[in-house]
Amino acid sequence: MSDFFNQIATMFSYSFMVRAMFIGGLVALCASLLGVILVLKRYSMIGDGLSHVSFGAMAVGLAFNQAPLYVAIPVVIVAAYLLLRVSENSKIKGDAAIGLIASSSIAIGIIINTLSKGTNIDLNSYMFGSILAINKEDSVLCIILGIVILVVFIYCYHYIFAITFDENFAKACGIKIEIHKTILAILTALTVVIGMRIMGTLLISSLIIFPAVTSMRIFKRFKPVLISSVAISMFSYFVGMIASYMLEIPTGASIVVCNMCVFIFATVIAKILKK
Amino acid sequence: MAQLICKSVSIAYEKENVVEDFSMEVEKGDYISVIGENGTGKSSLLKGILGIIPLKSGEVTFSDGVKRNNIGYLSQQNPMQKDFPASVGEVVLSGCLTRKGFLPFFSHRERERAIKNMDRLGILELEHKSFADLSGGQQQRVLLARALCATDKIIFLDEPITGLDPIASKDFYALIEKLNKELGITIIMITHDVENALKYSNKILHMHKYKYFFGNKAEYLIDGGCTEECMCEKHQKGGK
Repeated sequence: MSDFFNQIATMFSYSFMVRAMFIGGLVALCASLLGVILVLKRYSMIGDGLSHVSFGAMAVGLAFNQAPLYVAIPVVIVAAYLLLRVSENSKIKGDAAIGLIASSSIAIGIIINTLSKGTNIDLNSYMFGSILAINKEDSVLCIILGIVILVVFIYCYHYIFAITFDENFAKACGIKIEIHKTILAILTALTVVIGMRIMGTLLISSLIIFPAVTSMRIFKRFKPVLISSVAISMFSYFVGMIASYMLEIPTGASIVVCNMCVFIFATVIAKILKK
Repeated sequence: MAQLICKSVSIAYEKENVVEDFSMEVEKGDYISVIGENGTGKSSLLKGILGIIPLKSGEVTFSDGVKRNNIGYLSQQNPMQKDFPASVGEVVLSGCLTRKGFLPFFSHRERERAIKNMDRLGILELEHKSFADLSGGQQQRVLLARALCATDKIIFLDEPITGLDPIASKDFYALIEKLNKELGITIIMITHDVENALKYSNKILHMHKYKYFFGNKAEYLIDGGCTEECMCEKHQKGGK
């Protein structure tokens, strides 16, 4: 047992581990809050789509020797805005629009990466994430963005609830729902860009979907769903991180598997409670 | 003085008009039933008036103390709400949103208002229950309480009794009548239930494709119940 704690102590003695823990925890928190809204609004796959866009944008950024985060953030915000807002009115429906944008971004990203011989980025780390991905300079930006996401979400909480529950009623009351939907798009975009470095393009959407769906298995009121979703997300993140360190398995995958176990556990509990 | 004036309102989806050159004036305390077949633009008209969908042309004006942000609306049943995790209290309180100040929380006054309206509609004991677990009749009461939080002047209802059993719909009519008579709230309700529409309301808006009758119940009973082909004076474009 003491061996276990020794190992954890060693784990926290690495500064990159502490950084990944902290930033990842913040991302897990933001993603779980936004996830509840996105899942209820039937936009679950938007995280997946945006992370693909982020991949493409970062590849382009690297090819032109720009800091990948600074290129990805505006591009992904625009993509989120298009997906959440414009696709509602257009002829291409939400899920198809996500599919189109996601695969196009990946394709462009890979072509540019291959053509720009100068760079030699590890595509694998982008696809499946890496805890080494966020360096010291980026981490300040990530922490600031994480806090901004939290503060804005809490400030707009009641508006976000009203719009998620019944958009038409909110509109009829004269609430400017366009502004709040744009805010939601921006927050989602920021969360995905920060999170995909650690979790990877292919796995970040689990951070958005799993905690929300899991907590909705057990709780039936909005505030408890939000709070438990955050708790589940943080728990899975930290357990996943520790497991990944101990067992030397990829971090993103380990976190997803933790989320999956909690989900199965919650489903069983919900079934028992119902009987 | 009229609370709501529609002046030659037209609404279109894509290129096709669903509502064309529609005018009416709604007085304080009116109880208007909107009837007519499917596809005559009843819901579209309501949404147009409320600003949920844009008008193609024409004008909608609220006056006599009614503003855009104190209107109640009870929409058609939304299938997404069926499994939405929200408590009754949370839903009702969300009707107070336009009264909220700059702070991110609701004040004591808004909570009181929500409680008063839940009490008025007899759903106070359901406050902590999940909205999704309620019966259809109870859900409609919750949504009505939310609408009352948003307004004490005018409420728009879009087929509120569709899907309710006979007892629940009778209760619902009684509630609406109480709000109209006792609190003086103007009611504009879309319904397919012509019998009860004639029983409770004082004015009728009968919508045909591009032709509208709007007037008192008595007038409607005399010459309003004509068929769609009828082009009598009462059925000319724009109602009155």
